[in-house]
Amino acid sequence: MSDWMKIAGIRSSEITDEAVFKKRRQLIQASVAAGLTGMIASDAIADGHALKKPIAKSPFSTDEELTSEKTATTYNNFYELGTDKSDPSRHAQRLKTEPWSVVIDGECDNPGTFTLEDILKPHAIEERIYRLRCVEAWSMVIPWNGFALGDLLTRFKPNSKAKYVAFETLQDNDLPGMQTRALDWPYREGLRIDEAMHPLTMMAIGMYGNTIPNQNGAPMRLVVPWKYGYKSIKSIVRISFVEKQPPTSWNMAAPHEYGFYSNVNPEVSHPRWSQAKERRLSGETSGLAALFSSKVETNFMNGYDEEVASLYSEMDLKKFF
Amino acid sequence: MNTLTSNPVLSLPETKKQMTKAKPRRRLNANQLMWLLKPLGFLLMLLPFAYLLFTLLTGQLGPNPIDEITDFTGEWALRFILLGLALTPIKLVFKQTWPLRFRRMVGLFAFFYLMLHIATYVALDLGFDLAAVFSDVLERRYITAGFLAFIILLPLAITSNRAMVKRLGKKWQALHRWVYLAATASVVHYIWLARGEVWEPKVYLGILLVLLSVRLFYAIKKPTRAKR
Repeated sequence: MSDWMKIAGIRSSEITDEAVFKKRRQLIQASVAAGLTGMIASDAIADGHALKKPIAKSPFSTDEELTSEKTATTYNNFYELGTDKSDPSRHAQRLKTEPWSVVIDGECDNPGTFTLEDILKPHAIEERIYRLRCVEAWSMVIPWNGFALGDLLTRFKPNSKAKYVAFETLQDNDLPGMQTRALDWPYREGLRIDEAMHPLTMMAIGMYGNTIPNQNGAPMRLVVPWKYGYKSIKSIVRISFVEKQPPTSWNMAAPHEYGFYSNVNPEVSHPRWSQAKERRLSGETSGLAALFSSKVETNFMNGYDEEVASLYSEMDLKKFF
Repeated sequence: MNTLTSNPVLSLPETKKQMTKAKPRRRLNANQLMWLLKPLGFLLMLLPFAYLLFTLLTGQLGPNPIDEITDFTGEWALRFILLGLALTPIKLVFKQTWPLRFRRMVGLFAFFYLMLHIATYVALDLGFDLAAVFSDVLERRYITAGFLAFIILLPLAITSNRAMVKRLGKKWQALHRWVYLAATASVVHYIWLARGEVWEPKVYLGILLVLLSVRLFYAIKKPTRAKR
């Protein structure tokens, strides 16, 4: 089965008459002409196949050793799919990503409910290799595929009252983790508008050149590289422009442990463990070798200090952790 | 506390006299039975370790095995500590004495898993950064509690052999009664360590409270019975 067939949503088992074939072919040509690099049809989202090449490189990328794709897709925190690290990949197929629509509401001029295609259409996909620092003191280096969140948000014309952006994950009671009282569903996250519009903040629809796997937040997720991983909300179904700081899931669950900002900061310990170091899960980390992966120093703002420091120049980061 | 004289985890085996008294009519006498059961018990208690080794060597512990090993060995240490505490209540309630013969073995296995737990934390997790260990013990209350359990259990493990039992005499039992505090500190360690929504620590707390209550109940009801 060739790539274009997948893109057009045709299965090998389908018998296609020539008229339909031509029509689909025209559609594909039209979309290629429109420059929809990396645009994906709904069938491709579920399959997790390769994104259309070429994908533009980003100057924001790090040249550190990549975490293996296997590690990044089997060691996940996604409580809707279970609380064990291996649960999300095992239960990935329980997350239904099609059809997918996203509600945009709140303080903006162009609110509405949009299909995933509508959301993604105008955006060229680029690759950004970012460090990901989990609040649990481990980290990865992941090549994300996506685009700047700011480019998406400006399309909805936020007004002057839009001081914050709130995000929500899909809530589906059939998901295996929904029965646990671990968090108050749906999963919620939020950013200050200047954080959301920062060029480093991205919306990812793929990783490692493939469409993003369900366990990593299909069909689209946030990536905010200078904040602890849980800020990078997965499987987004709602984006709201709001005036007041929105409630966020982990902050609601344990306010003294998880702040709204959650910027990576080696000097502000989690009440139960130090944040000074992190275990870098890189390469093919499994078996005995992984026993001796020593911890590395954690950098302020996860090493993105230069880019984001101006956002917090007036703030006491020990108080606003 | 004075009347709580029932047997702690790491204790001396029964005398020959008591054994033959317990089950006189069996074809295998109790002593012979123990020859079979002891190695079996040993292998059984080694199973978690074998499982851990197997999953580690086959790469099934995932990309962050140090955290997995720490949790696994910690949980098994706690289970064996509570199992050791359960043997006397089992005797009191079900009038079965044979489990008591496994007290020393259970206690030493608890210590074995505890050592693996601590070695993983100090050597693999912190890379022998003793300053980090020190500040953890002082600053993080769950590590303070866990450390307390360790320094109580260390002398108990050292004095668990027959020679030390003889040498310490009456003091031995007084010393080994500290296991109640060690067990409580272990459960508290887990409660303080876990996030609020995790239910397992509450189960262990429940088991600990039941075990302590049974001892207390029998100690109050029949104070003389404990003087065995």
